[in-house]
Amino acid sequence: MAKFRPGSNLPSLIVVLLLAGPVLAGLAGTVLPAFGYLPVLGAREITLEPFAQLFSMPGLLQSTALSFWTGLVASLVSLAIVLCFSAAWSGTQTFQRVSRFLSPLLSVPHAAAAIGLAFLIAPSGFLARLLSPWATGWERPPDLLLVNDPYGVAMTLGLIAKEVPFLFLLTLAALNRPEIKSYTKVAASLGYGRMSGFFKVILPQIYPLIRLPMLAVIAYSTSVVDVAVILGPTTPAPLAARLVVWMNDPDLSLRLAASAGALLQLGVSAGAILVYLLFEAIVTKLSSTRLALGHRIKSDGAGRMAALGTMVFIVSAMCLSLLVLIIWSLAKSWWYPAPLPQNWSISALSMALMQTPQILGTTILLGVLAALISTSLTLWLLETKTHAAEPVDHQLRTLIFVPLLLPQIAFLFGLKMLFLMIGLDGSFTAVLLAHLVFVLPYAFLALSDPWQRQDPRYARVAASMGASRARIFFRVQLPMLTRPVLVTLAVALAVSVGQYLPTLMIGAGRVVTVTTESVALASGGNRQITAVYALLQLLIPFAGFAVAAAIPAVLFKNRTALRLDA
Amino acid sequence: MKRLLIAAAALISGLFTLQPVSAQDSDWKDVLDEAKGQTVYFHAWGGEPRINAYIQWAAREVENLYDVRVVHVKVSDTASVVSQVLAEKSVGKTSGGGVDLVWINGENFAAMKTNELLAEPGWAQSLPNWTYVDTENKPTVLVDFTVPTDGQESPWGMAKLVFMFDTARLDTPPASLDALLAYAKSNPGRFSYPQPPNFYGTTFLKQALLNTIADTSVLSAPVDPDQFEAQTAPLFNFLDELHPHLWRQGQAFPKNAAHMRQLLADSEMDIAFSFNPGDASGAIVNGELPPTVRTFVFDGGTVGNTHFVAIPFNSSAQEGAQVFANHLLSPMAQMRKQDPEIWGDPTVLNVADLPANEKALFDTQDLRPATLTPEELGPTLPEPHPSWVTALEQAWATRYGAGGQ
Repeated sequence: MAKFRPGSNLPSLIVVLLLAGPVLAGLAGTVLPAFGYLPVLGAREITLEPFAQLFSMPGLLQSTALSFWTGLVASLVSLAIVLCFSAAWSGTQTFQRVSRFLSPLLSVPHAAAAIGLAFLIAPSGFLARLLSPWATGWERPPDLLLVNDPYGVAMTLGLIAKEVPFLFLLTLAALNRPEIKSYTKVAASLGYGRMSGFFKVILPQIYPLIRLPMLAVIAYSTSVVDVAVILGPTTPAPLAARLVVWMNDPDLSLRLAASAGALLQLGVSAGAILVYLLFEAIVTKLSSTRLALGHRIKSDGAGRMAALGTMVFIVSAMCLSLLVLIIWSLAKSWWYPAPLPQNWSISALSMALMQTPQILGTTILLGVLAALISTSLTLWLLETKTHAAEPVDHQLRTLIFVPLLLPQIAFLFGLKMLFLMIGLDGSFTAVLLAHLVFVLPYAFLALSDPWQRQDPRYARVAASMGASRARIFFRVQLPMLTRPVLVTLAVALAVSVGQYLPTLMIGAGRVVTVTTESVALASGGNRQITAVYALLQLLIPFAGFAVAAAIPAVLFKNRTALRLDA
Repeated sequence: MKRLLIAAAALISGLFTLQPVSAQDSDWKDVLDEAKGQTVYFHAWGGEPRINAYIQWAAREVENLYDVRVVHVKVSDTASVVSQVLAEKSVGKTSGGGVDLVWINGENFAAMKTNELLAEPGWAQSLPNWTYVDTENKPTVLVDFTVPTDGQESPWGMAKLVFMFDTARLDTPPASLDALLAYAKSNPGRFSYPQPPNFYGTTFLKQALLNTIADTSVLSAPVDPDQFEAQTAPLFNFLDELHPHLWRQGQAFPKNAAHMRQLLADSEMDIAFSFNPGDASGAIVNGELPPTVRTFVFDGGTVGNTHFVAIPFNSSAQEGAQVFANHLLSPMAQMRKQDPEIWGDPTVLNVADLPANEKALFDTQDLRPATLTPEELGPTLPEPHPSWVTALEQAWATRYGAGGQ
């Protein structure tokens, strides 16, 4: 902040003020205990003992490897599926139909998707029931290890099912820029096959747009807790899931080792990202000659069908999981091998709905405020930086993304202490501030690329016609960015709604949201209740995405170039 | 009006009418006065709708009777509450804490006690309804996992390990640890237990330890690390033999008690267990288990304990919390809690010594066929010292939770 220019640095200053405290407190709450400093437990010496304790944990190596590989593989496979499908089908009716299914799936919370999937594929699950005993001969469910397998296959599948819609939505946004369509036409007219045209011409153009989200996906997948707990192995469990157990152990001294584990987790996520970057470099190097060779590869029918098959498989699995959740929310008793519940009941649903209006109100208010503040702040920051013709500096970017990379549970202990020290904990404002710490990175992630890829000439033309900066922003830039801004708002809303630990810990139980309520109720394991609340949790983000999709459709009725016609 | 309410309260809890006025009573009046208008944030596990509904009922009662507002903060893990109080203590917040009362026992209580996160000792024994608590036959109301409660937590309910089976598939359940092993061997894949450190999994380990250890008296003292391996050798021999025959060959485990219950209902497993003797009856009423499910215990008894409510040191509504804790101990509240249709959690009171009217409430109670009578439930084996839990979980994780061995 050496050259302080009030106009250009005010939004940066606000972001710094908003994030620096929480991030520093969160980091201190992680790093200090990792090196043996947690005075309230009587630990005051800087030592490497917590790391020694961590590395003596049985199966630590397997846990670390599991987190690393399942996260990396799931991210890579998801990307491959999304790219292959886009390559094979973008611009077709099929593509549009599938994308209509995929975007709403993004609003399904990870945990809900995992629960649905687990019930779908378990030996006593929905699919087995449809086929038993008449086809399989299974009078009783077979003792098969399909969920929680030691290699994490089920968990990887669960992650893929969730990451595909996310990456797809971002790819869709990237594909929707006018010049991309002309590239497609050029490639086709030069005789390139659909898929080779995409990989050789389009992908190099759009990849920069999906690169940062891809890194976030890797960071997320390598440190995921809820999906790991529901679908992942347990002997041993992936690192992140074990961290939560240690953090919550009644033996408080385990917290030191857990903090050391949080740093290890950070290393795992960073390592996976590095491996991905290396992989990216190798692919770029190897393909550079092939890209220019000019092979048209016209007969790609088998590849296209495979891409479609995979995508349809994922979409159907997700839809079936959702269907199963809906049935469960109305099922009183539903025992193997009954394909449909033996007893139906709406008691759980009506009970939830009766208790919910206030909770729903709090959740929506928090989510909408967090979404509006984070999106406006991001836009303001980006606009000022563009105006000053300087990039968003590296430190600021790092600051924004740290909350995504550190395991929440360790991070939050420090955050909780900060809020306690300023006497803010337990208030709505405090929870909102805590949400912003985790929502802002996503808002920044979703908006910064679309912003940077705007054609600067529109703004210049407007300026040359004498439009003020504010007018350019509100009349030219913002309207053209309507879609990404709305998607950002919806993503931010979804992220805010999904926050469990920050709401519980910072809210001190005073601020109750649909998510704190559902996680608490789901801890009892009653499937009906779990399903009801998973659906409630899904409702708000779903509405958000629906609105985000509907507004541009209405607004741009007479703006062909801004319409979403993939 | 308020006087009238207090009078009504006194009548209902049967206190002032039954005992001579003493210094204790006037102290309690002060507590009631102080409590008036307070809001008590009661942090309690929220995973069971029946329990949540019961807490709501009790909260309404104390609001009407004593003008104390109780808010149930539903948590998924009590350890997060310990964490919260710990964080508050870290920054020196000695009053106005976020937690006024917490549902707790065992290791979490021990952790809060040793880290001085609890309110001053003695309040629990000074509650008027304490006189009804069965300290004689239920020693665990005073000693929580061998740690003396010192009046820092007030008993709420009793827990005891009971096994569940479906009479539609199984006639005679295995009534000892050896019989269970034999059953697992001849019916592979039909029994398992949640993976420690899940509370239920650890409880199963404790039961198996109690049944296999040569000298149970060492369990009431802290673990001696030098002796631990020798003392637990029979336990791990048993588990080594059992594991290949477990559900999923012991490569995956049920997540928790509810998951076990589900696996029993889905006929994936033949035997499940619970820590609440009324659980099976409640689950049948709820439609979560088939009506043919029954419960059994091992010959020689099963492990059991008491669960409590405790007040953190920095609670801003200590008096209100005491009033609520006292109300939870009232015969009416305890009777309702024991009703399987409501919750099904056994009382901590000495029913035999209750005044006739209150005693009748319990005597006429229908515990449903899946609940064992107190006689059938057999003796309750005491919990080992909390240090055993950590040692057992560690040893278990090393042997079975580390993958590939």
